[in-house]
Amino acid sequence: MARSPLKGVEDSRPGGFACMSDPKQPPHGDGAEREALSALDDGKTTRREFVGTAVVGGALLATGLLSLPANAKGSAKAPGLEGPPVAPVPLRLQINGKEHALEVEPRVTLLDALRENLGLTGSKKGCDLGQCGACTVLVEGRRVNSCLTLAVMQQGKQITTIEGLAQGDALHPMQQSFLAHDGFQCGYCTPGQIMSAVGFSREPWGQTDADIREGMCGNICRCGAYPHIVAAVRDGRGKKA
Amino acid sequence: MRPIDYTAAHDVKGALQTLAARPLDSAPIGGGTNLVDLMKIHVQNPALLVDINGLPLAEIQEVEGGLRIGALVRNSDLANHPLVRERYPVLSEALLAGASPQLRNMATVGGNILQRTRCAYFRDISQPCNKREPGSGCGAMEGFNRMHAVLGTSAQCIAANPSDMSVALAALDATVHVSGPQGERTVAFGDFHLLPGSTPERETVLRPGELITHVSLPASRFAARSRYLKVRDRASYAFALASAAVAIELDGKTIKDARVALGGVGTKPWRSAEAEKALIGQPADEVHFKAAAAAALKGAKPRAHNAFKVELARRTLVRVLALAAGLA
Ligand SMILES: Cc1cc2nc3c(=O)[nH]c(=O)nc-3n(C[C@H](O)[C@H](O)[C@H](O)COP(=O)(O)OP(=O)(O)OC[C@H]3O[C@@H](n4cnc5c(N)ncnc54)[C@H](O)[C@@H]3O)c2cc1C
Ligand code: SF4
Ligand code: FES
Ligand code: FES
Repeated sequence: MARSPLKGVEDSRPGGFACMSDPKQPPHGDGAEREALSALDDGKTTRREFVGTAVVGGALLATGLLSLPANAKGSAKAPGLEGPPVAPVPLRLQINGKEHALEVEPRVTLLDALRENLGLTGSKKGCDLGQCGACTVLVEGRRVNSCLTLAVMQQGKQITTIEGLAQGDALHPMQQSFLAHDGFQCGYCTPGQIMSAVGFSREPWGQTDADIREGMCGNICRCGAYPHIVAAVRDGRGKKA
Repeated sequence: MRPIDYTAAHDVKGALQTLAARPLDSAPIGGGTNLVDLMKIHVQNPALLVDINGLPLAEIQEVEGGLRIGALVRNSDLANHPLVRERYPVLSEALLAGASPQLRNMATVGGNILQRTRCAYFRDISQPCNKREPGSGCGAMEGFNRMHAVLGTSAQCIAANPSDMSVALAALDATVHVSGPQGERTVAFGDFHLLPGSTPERETVLRPGELITHVSLPASRFAARSRYLKVRDRASYAFALASAAVAIELDGKTIKDARVALGGVGTKPWRSAEAEKALIGQPADEVHFKAAAAAALKGAKPRAHNAFKVELARRTLVRVLALAAGLA
């Protein structure tokens, strides 16, 4: 994984909400947006790999926003795990109000446990290094990057993923708002954006658009859907579920 | 990520014992936002993680007019604490200028102080780096060093310390409380981080197996006039090119006392006694702010791509002094 340091400098490239200097407008992705909103990912590896590497990885790499981790291309079975397998440990995770028992190695991140072990593929893997926000979930009601915490460390905590937002067929107000304002294009970053926006709604911030851009700065959208996302968050914030 | 063992500790004593039993290959984990990141790219490879999140170190207490801040207090909680907002605005501003809301919800005080440099050569194991692998050379010295330090550098390493919070702690005369196999000790914040010299792999005075338990802040006379300003390549969610934390006490228009620290430009959080000397006893005006900024950057040693940082840091300091004095 010889990456050029020049490409790896996440610090010195423009992007994110607070700059919004490069709003590209590629055509709408067909279907992926629906997937992001309802998290009805059917779990087909081919599609996930396509979205994961070809769209997000490729495009963000091209714009210099992210460096692609070696494992993004790796096997879907054990992402990021190298060397001989180690004995898994039994875990219990409280996700979307249900307890899940699973067995994973201590080095498995919360994101990988959700996606690979529990089939909850709504949370997306973009950078896998805390830089893009695609993996955002709520832990005890607070938004965090699930790629930078180990599953074993989150036992006993209440975890909410995009799959846990809707009540039956009724979408969460923030999901409704993203739909109403067209707050997505390819939809890959959208679950993370929505989870981040829900967490943000509970934080002590101001109400201005500048606050919204700053408050959402941890979520990067390669499609540049920012103006619509800002509108969606502004609208969705007032309607807490 | 390589295979690891994991254990959760429930009190400081237990954590210290577990760490002491594996001094060479264990590491405590707080928020994990720096450690897990570096483990994924093989820069840090501990074989045993000791989860310290169960230790009773997540409280902020008022002590003798100052604050005692547990090492496990999350960055967002510290930034939004009413006493921090009221008495140490510079600390709140520095925390909120760092990382993203998601990361700040995880990041702990101890982990933030100990976070490693973002030098791209340090983070790429295919590149030489004296900090990661002593004696292997330095890719940044003649390479792409736009993000690197201009103060406190050595012939072995020019990496910038990336922490925003630490710049405020340096300006606020913080004390770091440490617990280890030999008992407890305290370290003045200014003495906690080390200059790279010929041993850039040694970054702090923390010994293997020791834990940061608390940070304490003395009562501050600067509450009304302390500010943090961070300049970066985009408006948010980027590391500092240059930043400054200042606190001043005014007597009429005269500066009675001052604290100045710089970030983004130093190999450690950079307190500048020279700038403080240039301010104390002088009128709070642009002439003297400029003199202080010149004094702060006097020893700067820029490399090929980061010379702009010298002027940027000067202007950042002048600007934040004007903000603190209520002149901007
Ligand atoms: C994309 C990105 C952007 C970021 N931007 C910024 C920024 O702009 N400004 C900024 O300041 N920071 C930034 N950060 C860094 C972030 O602030 C740090 O990762 C975080 O503060 C580290 O805290 P933690 O608790 O997660 O540390 P951990 O990852 O848990 O630990 C870091 C190190 O400290 C050790 N450690 C942790 N706690 C203790 C303790 N109590 N005693 C002894 N050792 C301990 C660990 O063993 C490890 O070596 C950014 C990070 C990312 C990923
Ligand atoms: S500047 Fe320091 S951290 Fe960066 S490559 Fe050189 S020795 Fe390593
Ligand atoms: S996957 Fe990018 S922040 Fe977690
Ligand atoms: S990354 Fe495509 S909609 Fe944001």
